[in-house]
Amino acid sequence: MGNTVLEARKIDKFFHDPVSVQVLKEISFELNKGEFVSVIGKSGCGKSTLLYVLSTMDTDYTGNLLIDQVSTKGLAEADLAKIRNEKIGFVFQFHYLLYEFTVLENVMLPGLKLGRYSPQEIRERAYEKLKILGIEHEALKKANQLSGGQKQRVAIARALINDPLIIMGDEPTGNLDKKNSEIVFETFENLAKHHNQSLLIVTHDNDFAARTHRIIEMEDGKIVNA
Amino acid sequence: MKFQLILRISKALLLARIKQTSVAAFGVTFSIMMFITLLSFMTGLNDLLDSLVINRTPHIRLYNELKPTVIQPADNVFPNSYNFIHSVKPKATKTELYNVASIRDVLSADPRVLGVAPRITTPVFYNIGNANLSGIINGIDIVKESQLFAFSDYVVEGNVLDLKHVPNSIILGKGVAEKMMVGIGDIVSITTSNGEQFSLKVVGIFQSGLLDLDKVQSYASIGSTQKLIGASNDYITDLQIKLKDILLAPAMAKEFTKRFEVDAVDIQTANSQFETGSSVRTIISYAVGITLLIVAGFGIYNILNMMIYEKMDSIAIMKATGFSGKDVMYIFISIALSIGIAGGTLGLILGYGLSALIDQIPFNTMALPTIKTYPINYSLKFYAIGGIFSVITTYLAGFFPSRKASKIDPVVIIRGK
Repeated sequence: MGNTVLEARKIDKFFHDPVSVQVLKEISFELNKGEFVSVIGKSGCGKSTLLYVLSTMDTDYTGNLLIDQVSTKGLAEADLAKIRNEKIGFVFQFHYLLYEFTVLENVMLPGLKLGRYSPQEIRERAYEKLKILGIEHEALKKANQLSGGQKQRVAIARALINDPLIIMGDEPTGNLDKKNSEIVFETFENLAKHHNQSLLIVTHDNDFAARTHRIIEMEDGKIVNA
Repeated sequence: MKFQLILRISKALLLARIKQTSVAAFGVTFSIMMFITLLSFMTGLNDLLDSLVINRTPHIRLYNELKPTVIQPADNVFPNSYNFIHSVKPKATKTELYNVASIRDVLSADPRVLGVAPRITTPVFYNIGNANLSGIINGIDIVKESQLFAFSDYVVEGNVLDLKHVPNSIILGKGVAEKMMVGIGDIVSITTSNGEQFSLKVVGIFQSGLLDLDKVQSYASIGSTQKLIGASNDYITDLQIKLKDILLAPAMAKEFTKRFEVDAVDIQTANSQFETGSSVRTIISYAVGITLLIVAGFGIYNILNMMIYEKMDSIAIMKATGFSGKDVMYIFISIALSIGIAGGTLGLILGYGLSALIDQIPFNTMALPTIKTYPINYSLKFYAIGGIFSVITTYLAGFFPSRKASKIDPVVIIRGK
């Protein structure tokens, strides 16, 4: 399986406050290159928790997580940050743009952090990403001057800047209206089809999920249908 | 590259809250300004008060003290006994120094010694009509005395060099001159301890700043004084030594006592209270200055805490997109340091300005004839300490909030939405 980009091996996770509850039970699955996968399930089934474990931000679990076929178990915080920077792009329900910066700068920030290209190149690449999402004409506006849908598209452009291995989304269309949701979905689909991009999207929108390549359904912390 | 990025983010965050950060920076500015002004002024004042005594006091004074002989005849007769002798009286020895010429030769060859001024001290009576006023005449080498002990600074009227050129001349203490109601060019009459009467021409008025001293002291040349008391021209009662390093004085005083078989007193022993006063005042100034800085530090601590609370989302997304905890910490520490450095630099400049302003305020006092304005010490040391302390306090004030920011768990923030 040379094209596995993410692999979860028997991941268990507990919440201890106020009482110990097992939120993830022996989660094991693989995500391949170019796959567009959605995770669905009822509220509280642990799908977001799973995403944060897979994103390396939450390290309080047992089991193993391999990203790009490399184990992330026991890595230091700074190394995990580097993995996120280089290999994972995030799109959340909320856009989390930095209002102190312009749209273009927001997209550039993770690229500047990675430092793979010169600032000038990163600028051009950021512009390209904005073009893919059709908002290049807003590039020099401050982030707070955009509409909700536009902000979310900027967030996607930001997730793309370092050409990540996987794009992870936590309800990326949750705050958007029908039209903007459609744009976001088409963007994802386009990325998977034309750029061979792997995507792992947590959603409660069954219509959205139905149009992805594969659906992982969760219930009570377990994968019931993959 | 990485550092540039961190600075760029810090700058953006800082500019987004420019009002609050300015207030925090002004806190630092104010405290540094007051720190500089306070220390410059206080040290200036200290230097002034110290110079009242220390500049004019020899670092080591060699003299012969009138005291009983340590080894009594009985000790020679019964060398192995412990002898009790009551009511021992000093012999009628002279208070002059022996071998002055050779002592001076040795001292002038000593590399630790800056200079030596001879002196004769003799008690006299100033005759005012029928009344007699007791006083002291110091026979001095006017050139050496001016050179080493800034004597000429305290001569408020007349020309100091006249003391050397005009025979039988005297420089009167201001208090003495006022009591005798004489001025420059007048002739005063004095009676020596031997009962002889002399007439001396007033060529100057001396004001030391210590009122009691000015009421009794007067100065004449060495030659005139030797004539007054009928002594030979090698009669000297004191040798006043000024050292290159004042801190060596106590050790060297002991050394000279042994070597020349004379009494020697060092400035630290003679004027210990001045040292204490100065150091206490300096400590108080530093304490106040540093307290101000710490208060300013709390200001920075507050603004950073607030900023971090406000920017939780930004911190969370930065961490999610690959900024490590350390990066986040550096971002906020560089904000704190920018506030500290900007505020501190402005504080140093304003501190200089304020001290320069105080330096212009007239300060006339009878006791200090050479001082016209408030004294200020422009030592670079205060600016260095102020600068370093502003950076250290702001770093510490920034460190704890920054560490808190670095530990923010992005999952908690993002899930909370």
